Parts: sequence; C-alpha cells; structure tokens
Amino acid sequence: MGFLSYLISGISLGSIYAIIALGYTMVYGIAKMLNFAHGDVIMVGAYMSFMATAYIGWSPLASVVLAMAVCTLLGIIIERLAYKPLRNATSLAVLITAIGVSYFLQNIALLIWSSNPKSFTSIISLDSLRLFDGQLIISSVTLVTIAACIVIVYGLTMIVRYSKIGKAMRAVSEDKEAAQLMGIDVNQTISVTFAIGSGLAAVAGVLLCSAYPLLMPTVGAMPGIKAFTAAVFGGIGSIPGAMLGGILLGVIEILGKAYISTELSDAIVFSVLIIVLLVRPTGLLGKKISEKV
Amino acid sequence: MKKILKLKKDTRKNLITYGMIILAFLIVRFLSASGNISSAFRGQLVPICVYIVMAVSLNLTVGILGELSLGHAGFMSLGAFTGVIAAIILQGSVSNPLRLAIAMVLGAVIAGIAGLVVGVPALRLRGDYLAIVTLAFGEIIKNIINTLYVGIGENGFRISMVNAESLNLGERGTVIMNGPMGAVGIPKLATFASGFILIMVTLFIVLNLQNSRSGRAIMAVRDNRIAAESVGISVTRYKLMAFIISATLAGAAGALYALNFSTVVARKFDFNTSILILVFVVLGGMGNIRGSIIAATVLTVLPELLRAFNNYRMLLYAVILILVMLVSNNEQLKNMTKKFKGFFKIKRPSDLKGGTARE
Amino acid sequence: MKKHRIFCIALTLVMSLAVLAGCGTSTQQSTAIKIGGIGPLTGGAATYGTSVANAAKLAVEEINALGGLQFELNFQDDEHDAEKSVNAYNTLKDWGMQVLCGTVTTTPGIAVSAEAYNDRIFTLTPSASSPKVVEGKDNIFQLCFTDPNQGIASAQYIADAVLGTKIAVIYNNADAYSTGIYEKFASEANDKNFAIVSVTTFTDDTATDFSVQLSEARNADADLVFLPIYYQPASLILTQADAMGYTPKFFGVDGMDGILTMENFNTDLAEGVMLLTPFAPDASDEKTVAFVQKYQERFGEIPNQFAADGYDVVYAIYEASKKAGIKGDMSAADICEKLIKVFTSSDFSVDGLTGENMTWSTSGEVSKAPKGMVIENGVYVGMQ
Repeated sequence: MGFLSYLISGISLGSIYAIIALGYTMVYGIAKMLNFAHGDVIMVGAYMSFMATAYIGWSPLASVVLAMAVCTLLGIIIERLAYKPLRNATSLAVLITAIGVSYFLQNIALLIWSSNPKSFTSIISLDSLRLFDGQLIISSVTLVTIAACIVIVYGLTMIVRYSKIGKAMRAVSEDKEAAQLMGIDVNQTISVTFAIGSGLAAVAGVLLCSAYPLLMPTVGAMPGIKAFTAAVFGGIGSIPGAMLGGILLGVIEILGKAYISTELSDAIVFSVLIIVLLVRPTGLLGKKISEKV
Repeated sequence: MKKILKLKKDTRKNLITYGMIILAFLIVRFLSASGNISSAFRGQLVPICVYIVMAVSLNLTVGILGELSLGHAGFMSLGAFTGVIAAIILQGSVSNPLRLAIAMVLGAVIAGIAGLVVGVPALRLRGDYLAIVTLAFGEIIKNIINTLYVGIGENGFRISMVNAESLNLGERGTVIMNGPMGAVGIPKLATFASGFILIMVTLFIVLNLQNSRSGRAIMAVRDNRIAAESVGISVTRYKLMAFIISATLAGAAGALYALNFSTVVARKFDFNTSILILVFVVLGGMGNIRGSIIAATVLTVLPELLRAFNNYRMLLYAVILILVMLVSNNEQLKNMTKKFKGFFKIKRPSDLKGGTARE
Repeated sequence: MKKHRIFCIALTLVMSLAVLAGCGTSTQQSTAIKIGGIGPLTGGAATYGTSVANAAKLAVEEINALGGLQFELNFQDDEHDAEKSVNAYNTLKDWGMQVLCGTVTTTPGIAVSAEAYNDRIFTLTPSASSPKVVEGKDNIFQLCFTDPNQGIASAQYIADAVLGTKIAVIYNNADAYSTGIYEKFASEANDKNFAIVSVTTFTDDTATDFSVQLSEARNADADLVFLPIYYQPASLILTQADAMGYTPKFFGVDGMDGILTMENFNTDLAEGVMLLTPFAPDASDEKTVAFVQKYQERFGEIPNQFAADGYDVVYAIYEASKKAGIKGDMSAADICEKLIKVFTSSDFSVDGLTGENMTWSTSGEVSKAPKGMVIENGVYVGMQ
C-alpha cells in the first residue's frame, strides 16, 4: 500500500511537471528556443488566481479563467517586446533574453506582492477519495491535476493534428522557410504558440499552488527547471513526450526519496535522467534526426 | 610599430587582449596604491577575475566548441572545495602564495577529471540534450557536496556522509566541509595579483589553443561535424579536449573564488551561477574572448552600481540585460555600424566572420 | 564582432565611472551614527531581510524622534549570498558605516563578520544564528539564539514536558540553519527519555511534496514530529499531514514563527503546534503591542521574529551607545572598542521584544530564555 500511495504522489507531482513541460516543449518545437521565463509566467498565473479568489472573492473557476487570460496576454506582450525582435538572432541570444525576462518577472512580483509568502487556497474543494478502508487517500487535487493533464495533452494533440493553426505550427516547426513559401505567417504562428503556452502556464500555476499551497515570487523557478528537464527527458518538441517525461520525473523523484534516500533525492533524479539520455540520446519519445551534410 | 602591423591578424588581436588586461591591472594597481579606489570596487577585484576566467573558459565550450553547457558552476564548485581542502591541510607548512597555487592546481585537476568523467558520455549527445546533462551534473554535484563532511584530525583525513561528528576527528581536529554549512574559516589567500596571473594563464591557454592546429580542428567540429569527421578529424577527441580544458580552468577559478571569502557553500554554485556565466559569454560574443572578459567585468560590477536604486536594483538589471540583447542583435543597428566602420577602416577578414557559432 | 566593439566602449565608460564614483564618497561630517544593515531584499530569502530592514527603520525613526542620540540607517541587499554580502559590506564602508546591523542570514554572515573583524567595525547580527558567525571574533555579537542552543533547548523541552517518546525529524539538508539545529538535537537526544525513530530531509529544490517524509514518520509510529525549519515549508508539511490524516504533535523552532500571520493560511492546521520562539506578535506586554501596531500601520503586515530581532538590534546598539558615550564623529574603530566593552560588561543588559535581560558573553553569544509556545485557537499561548 505504501508503494501505491507513493506512486500516486509521484504521478500527482509529475502531472504538474508535465503541464509546465508542455509549455516548454510547444515553444521549443516551433520557435526552437528555451523559454526560461516560462516558470515565472506560472508564478504570475498563480498570483492572479490568488488575488481573484482571496481579494475579490471570485469563484475558483472564474479565477482560473482570469489567470489564463492575464497569462496569455502577458505571453503575447513578452513575445512581442522581447522575443520577436530576435527572430533572426541565434537561439542563445533569445535564451539570454528569456533569462532577463525571468529576472524581470520575479523582481516585479517582489515589488507588487512583496516577498512575504502567501498561502494559496486550493481551487478544488471536493473531498479526497478514500480507498481500501481509508488506507489509500487520493486527494481531489491529485485527481483533478491528472485529469487536467490528460485533457490538455489530448486537446493539444488534436489542435496540432487537425486545426488550421496546428497544421501551421507543424509546418513551421518542420521548416520555417518552406512554410513561409507556402503562405504560412510564421511570425503569427509563433506568437499564437506563445499565447497557448502561456495560457497553459496559468493552469499549471494554479494547479501547482493548489497541490502545494505556498505562493512566493520564486515559486515558479524550480518547477520551471524541473519541467524543462522533463521536457528534454521525454524528447523536447514532442507533446506526449513532455507528458511522459513529466510524470516519470515526478514518480522517480518520489520513489527515489521513499526507497533510496531523501538526502540525495536531487542527485538520484538527475542521475536517472543522465542514464536515460545516454541510452536514448534524443529523449524517450524524441524524433531521431538524421543529419544532413 | 610597423612590426606589430606586420604580425598576423590573430596575433595582433591577441596582443591587444593581453595588453588590455595588463593595462587594466596596472591602472587598478596604481589607483589602489594612491588610494583612489572605493572599498566596494576593491572587494570586487578578485570576483571579477574569477568571473573573467569562468567566462573565458565557458566560451571555449560554448563559443569555440559550440556545445551548450548549463553546468559550468559545477566544475567551479569542485575546484572551490578541493582548493579549500588543500589550503586548510597545508596550513602552516608552505608559504601563502605557494599554498594558493597548489590549491588552484589541485582544484583544476579535480575539475578536469570531472570534466573527463562527464564529457565522455555527455559529448555523444547533441545540443539541448547535452545542455540538460551538464545541468544535471551541476545539480548532482551541489546535492552531493551538501551531504559531504570532510575533516582532518588525529586520524588524518576523513570523509563522511552522515554528519560532522562521525568524522571522529578528536579534539584538535578541523572540520573542513560541514555539509550544507559548507566550508568555514577559509584562509583568505586570494589576491588581485593572483587573479591577474590566473587570467593571463587562462588567456595564454585559450588563445593559443584557438590558433593552434587543435583549435582549428575544434572549430571545424563546431562548424560542420560531418565534414570535419570526413577529413579525418577525431570529433570525440577534440570535443573532449576543449571540454576538459574548460572544466580545468573553471576549477582553478573556483579555488581562487573560495579562497577569497571566509566561507563557501555548495548552494552558491547552482544553476543560476551557471546561467550567469553563460550570460557573460553570449553578451560578450560567442568565441570572442575579449568580449567575454569585458562582459564578465561589466555585468559583475553593474548590480553594485545599481545599488543607488534600492528596491528597483534587480529589476533594472533585468531590463538592462534585455535591452542590451535587443540592441546588440538589432539588424538595422548592425547594418549601420557596418557601414560606419567600412567608411573608416580597411576591411579585415575576421570582421566578416562575425561572432556566431550556433545557428 | 563590431557590435561588440561599440558595446565594449560603452561598458568601459561605465567601468571608469564605477571607479570614479568610489572617489566621490568623501567622509561627510555629521553627528548621526551611521548604521549599516545587510540582508536579503531580493531572491528566495527576501522576506527575512525585508522584515529586519523594515523594523530597523522603524526603530531608528523612533530613536531619532527622541531627540538625543541620532542614527542614520543604510540597508543593503545581499541576495542571501556571501559574495554579494561582502559587496554590500564594502559599499557600506564607503558610505562611512560605523556600526553594522547584519547580516540577516548565516552564510553571508560568516563571510561578512570575517571582514568586519579585520576592519574593526562593531557588528550585531539580528538573526545569523550559526556559532561560526561569532566564533573567534571579539567584535561580532548575536541577538538571536545560536542553532546548537536551539537544538539543545528543543531536546530539553520535549524531554522535560514528555511531549513525545518517538520523535520524527524532517529538516532541510541544504540549509545551514536547519542542519545546525538538527545535528545538535540528535546528539542531545541520546540520553533523553525519547527516541528519534525517523529522520528525513528535503532541500529548497524539493520543498514541495512531503508525502514520503510524512509517511515514513507515520510508519515509524512517531508521536511527535520535530521541524527545525522555516515556516514556509512547515506550512506545506502541516497541510499535507492533514490531507493524509496524520495527526502527530508538531514541534518547531524560531523559524516556525510567522506561520500564523502568513496571508490566507488556514490557522486551524497549525492548531496544537508547539514552537520555541523568542517573540510572539500577540503578546500583551506594552512593548510588543506598540511595536506590532506601529509596524502594521507602516508596512501593512504583522511583524515576525525577524522583524523583532531587527528592532532589538537597533535598540541594543542605542542603549550601548548611550552607556558608552558614543558620538557620531568618532571613528568606527573607537566605537567598536567602546561597544565591545559595554556589551561584555556584567552590568549591561537589554530588555527587548525578543527577551528580557538579554546579556552577552565575551564570545558574542546572547543569553536569554527561549519561550515555549503552543498555538491554541490561532494564537500563541505560553507553554508550561
């Protein structure tokens, strides 16, 4: 029973990583950039939801919608001001700009919401699920997180596969120049991707803080890095890969703590990651890219 | 003067870089001797030297070899703690400058070995996958050092992963590394002069490598791996070579860094520090050693200059960082400077090449 | 490469400005004593530094309003980093700092106290609690308990009041404060009437999910969980323990203070939590009431233990300065010698928010009685 409950904790933590990782992976797949500010957009989303519920008294669902709207807008603004002018620069130049944006968001949050931590009220107030005479308790947040993760992955896959913008995304990620020649507005496609990624970040932020109700300006930083790791783990650019990578990372983290050592849990997670990458150099579900001479 | 002009382009460029460092050193020395330097700036001299070495060495991996590394601070960490252990063990037995030198060499060696251990498997990976492995390496080092207890006492040199007491050092023993509390009571051996020497050594190694046969091979691997391989360049060998040299120099810099403060903790060498150094490299220009030196200096001093802005300090730092990236990558501005330059100067071949490594 | 050349020139200019800026700060003659403060105002530990800075500012304003001795406070950010902290220290030195209130956190504190010892600047740290901060340095003093002392006191409290027989410990093994308390607690526990049955850790990077740590404590039948950690992760532990239906006693240290005033925190979760803290914001003594009210008016939040420490530091320096007859035009080194003499003299004691009759030993450690508190109905109640 212990194992099962650890596994569930792991999946719960992992699904949050997965939702964050989806944002990373989508942006990477299309714009070929690592958006290190993603973790901080999550933080903004969580603060938005917090303010709406705690200060204005909105319903949890309305607060999520608000958070998504604000984050989408924020994503569009960031993209327009900081990333778009660098469309033709090297990917590293954009990476550094993203880090600048990340510092910016963290420090502006510090000024607006102060450094004092806030306790987040979970947006899900359902009862926990009790199985086997209460020996196994699955909290409602866990269930919602997992469900949300599945819904989002399904939704994204459908969008990418069947919608017009999705097709444009795939085309751009395949070959920018060719896509442009086919009449696809590359710039707009990238902007839309950013908007979707940032909207997802809001959901991730709300779920992250519902499961672990501590809200600080730095709350997105570490999950952001872990999710980035998860995205690479699963094969960066691949939507199912991000989900698989995220969940596995969460499970490894929890099981590593439970059965090996809590002191070395970070070392364990990252060692597993290295080993997997050595065996599968493009991540779990990453595409094997053949090099052109 | 004519002689200098006759020298090869690269040699002249390198001489300017060396000259710049020597000049800066002399100026600071002079200002310092005449008491015209603030304590705030004097306190930053050694860190600036360290960050310059870190930036130049990372540039070897990122700019010259063309592989993204997000764990450079991990090597710095290894060098730092090795250096501290060496310096404390040697306390009283050798003179201070020699002790510092030994500490830096040992730090460099251990970091170099780690570079080999990480490099052999990691360099098989490409691009962002390599980046994530280096990131993972940095996190693993941080985690392990946080659980490491090292001391020297009656029973000699002891290592434990439980706690300081389990080292059984006896009454007169010294705990050198105390888990998350890090190393405490570090002798302050680092001086500006030693930092200057380390920069010169680093420049000597990196610039010579860049202009050597091996250096050209490394750059060939960066520009086109398959083409390089097809003309018989051993890709693994040259990649590993650049990576290990880079790690070694970071180790030496780490030792210098640690011996400048009376305490050092593993947490310092985290992902953020790795990123900070990467910012120096990208801002200074990929493969551009002089650019790395200047970017490292300026970005180390900048947050201190912004202290007058109190709470808005780090916010401004972020804004400046973004603006500099936007301005320095602005197409129109680039074209303008190109025209402007072309007006006054005869074209040099290197100017056409540009500083970009990764496309 | 060209773009970089222009960039380089601009930056070289900035650099030279930096050097020149240093020249500009001449020693300004004023009668106010210049007090420097150092602590994290940005980054993950910003909340601690901000609390100290705010409270110190409040104390300085109060003192200046009295009309006697005048203080001038300059508080600098160190981002909870030794290097930045030394930079902040040097900046303050250029400003003409005569007494240092800092640093707020331990690792920067060790680095800065070594510098202050060499420069002979009197230092009283509000909350850098490792004994290494003051060890072997005659001019560095602490206002807070040292970490080992908290470990000893916690073990003593739990043993004396028989709060539990099987103890589980969850601590942050990437944090000097937390590990310092735990290690002393563990070695003290050997000859006490309780046993440590489970020890688990977390780091700042993994401070989200505590299900494993809590499950291990439960599986080991622990009836008391000792949490030598700060209140942020503690709030998550309490929430998760509640969610899994695990209800042991929880025992914290001074880092736990702040949990009740955390915005939006459900204080029901903290019901019955015990902690050792020198400060309780809901205490009814005149001093605390006045301080909490003023702080709240000014900064819009309830002060925690860090704020109280910062406030006390300024008042301790004030009392000592009055006693030593210190004036603003004395050199930092003179002030330092005079203050050391006062602080270590047997007839000097300070009544502050964090303790009555605080006295200091020559080693720099403070002696005051820790207060055991238990949270009942959302407020602290003195523990017997």
